[in-house]
Amino acid sequence: MSSSKQALAHAASADAAPGDQPGAAGRAHGRGTPPPPGPDSWRSRLYRWDMKASPYAFIAPFFIVFGAFSLVPLLYTAWYSLHNVQLANLDGQTWTGLDNYQNLLSSDFFWNALWNTCTIGVISTVPQLLMAIGLAHLLNYKLRGSTVWRVVMLTPYATSVAAATLVFVLLYSWDGGMINWLLEFVGIDPVNWRESDWGSQFAVSSIVIWRWTGYNALIYLAAMQAIPADLYESAAIDGANRWQQFLHVTIPQLRPTILFTVVVSTIGATQLFGEPLLFGGVSGSKGGSEHQYQTLGLYMYDQGWIIGNLGKASAIAWTMFLILLIVAVIQLLVSRRLRKSQ
Amino acid sequence: MSASELTIPQVEKDQKPKRERPRGMGAGKQLHAGPLTYVVLTVFALVSLAPLVWTAIAASRTDRRLAETPPPLWFGGNLFKNMERAWEEGGLGTAMFNTTFVAATITISTVVFATLAGFAFAKLRFRFSGVLLMLTIGTMMVPPQLAVVPLYLWMADLGWSNQLQTVILPTLCTAFGTFFMRQYLLQALPTELIEAARVDGASSLRVVWHVVFPAARPAMAVLGLLTFVFAWNDFLWPIIALNQENPTVQVALNSLGTGYVPDQAVIMAGALLGTLPLLIAFLLFGKQIVGGIMQGAVKG
Repeated sequence: MSSSKQALAHAASADAAPGDQPGAAGRAHGRGTPPPPGPDSWRSRLYRWDMKASPYAFIAPFFIVFGAFSLVPLLYTAWYSLHNVQLANLDGQTWTGLDNYQNLLSSDFFWNALWNTCTIGVISTVPQLLMAIGLAHLLNYKLRGSTVWRVVMLTPYATSVAAATLVFVLLYSWDGGMINWLLEFVGIDPVNWRESDWGSQFAVSSIVIWRWTGYNALIYLAAMQAIPADLYESAAIDGANRWQQFLHVTIPQLRPTILFTVVVSTIGATQLFGEPLLFGGVSGSKGGSEHQYQTLGLYMYDQGWIIGNLGKASAIAWTMFLILLIVAVIQLLVSRRLRKSQ
Repeated sequence: MSASELTIPQVEKDQKPKRERPRGMGAGKQLHAGPLTYVVLTVFALVSLAPLVWTAIAASRTDRRLAETPPPLWFGGNLFKNMERAWEEGGLGTAMFNTTFVAATITISTVVFATLAGFAFAKLRFRFSGVLLMLTIGTMMVPPQLAVVPLYLWMADLGWSNQLQTVILPTLCTAFGTFFMRQYLLQALPTELIEAARVDGASSLRVVWHVVFPAARPAMAVLGLLTFVFAWNDFLWPIIALNQENPTVQVALNSLGTGYVPDQAVIMAGALLGTLPLLIAFLLFGKQIVGGIMQGAVKG
């Protein structure tokens, strides 16, 4: 939400920029409106029609695609969530009212999935963003081969969920996996990354952290480079050392960007699906033998396409959406609070 | 706290960015990185690259089981044999072909439509443009999970299950792309150029072809790369819409991982194959992709 505001503010300032020379802009505008031939010729009418209709023609493809494949399905999902829709019998849909939702709220697996989504979300998002800020700070120094560092940090982003997770599954193997082997070197007992509760959640989170830290670091880096140097100069004059400058200049200036990444990461965490699915291998959609890393996204897939209850899957999808909206509202309130307190 | 309160607001209000602010201005730019910075960055770089390098090592071994003590730490000689097996037995061949087709189609259509819509939002005046732009941005909030059940049912109705158009159609145009192009064109395309073409009596399509597309070319290239990466890696919808008979790379990799394939070297060869095209793209265009993400970030 705030990212769009920030963007619009940015856009508004950019729109105003040509106005620096009012004469030139006004002249161009005046020149541009009247068509060359006489006022009522068919060419001028065609021209005027073209001027009016073309903006809508240009944005139409996006809105058609969005309408047909997002907006309408969104409403249909709500409709299906009030029905009994079975994968095995698609034509026999019957109205059940709020049964799917009641069913959901009284299911232990739902609450388990919700809880897992929260814990995995926190242990994947918080370290990821903290490391990304630190990394961005380092990348912001005058570096030899600065582009090479940036590209290297971004390579995990190019790796698909599927490929990355298959590799991490092997790295995290119980007996003889690379990570337990390394732990043994340091004298730590091997961890059963697939069966244990926290171990498996940590393993799933580490895949997310690996893939997205570099990406977020670049976003922070871009924002850091937009901070005016004068701010640092005056902070230095006031006797702030580099750490204080980071704390009192960089971080406050990054606040909108930090909020943006928190929102995006939260959305990503709520929808977490591929990593736990592939990490579980054969029992993937269950999120492990004890459902220890079954997220809401996995739960929906499991209910809809493994068990075959598409009505319930629709109800899960809408519940996820409502949770996202609540989180967005909370984040909006928090950011407003923060801004006021400043 | 006190330092920031004293200095920042004052500076922000009075000394608007005037002229020749040095570019790339954050704190760090004033100082060269010390050795410690290089050490930490090297550690991060190793962690970023190690899993990929190890994938290549594992894919080149003969071992049916790679999880053993000590794990294989250097290349074996079986890389091409394993890749061949993944290509044929794992169905990676069909999958690579399918994914290339899907990703290329989505990329071309997204770039063209996003440029058109971005141009309209950036430079044309029309009723409701503000509201429509907000709506466009707002759609980024809607999670894809919310659409998959009806999409699945409709595609089944149309007899399109397991066909590639099922995957292509919903992603023909994206809100992110539209917004990305708008932000770029706002500054990169001088309004005077459009006006001048208008004075010459050029139709909208001529303006787009002769003025907008040339001006947008750098951003179109970046958006194309980002879209290609996204389309290549997309997972949720393809795995629901397609089966093993006609998979994309990600679907094929998923069934490699769950298909009781005992030969882990072949699985790793598949993972490597599925990532290779993007890694090559990164080697060639890494700088542009990095620039694109940073640009999208500042403006988005």
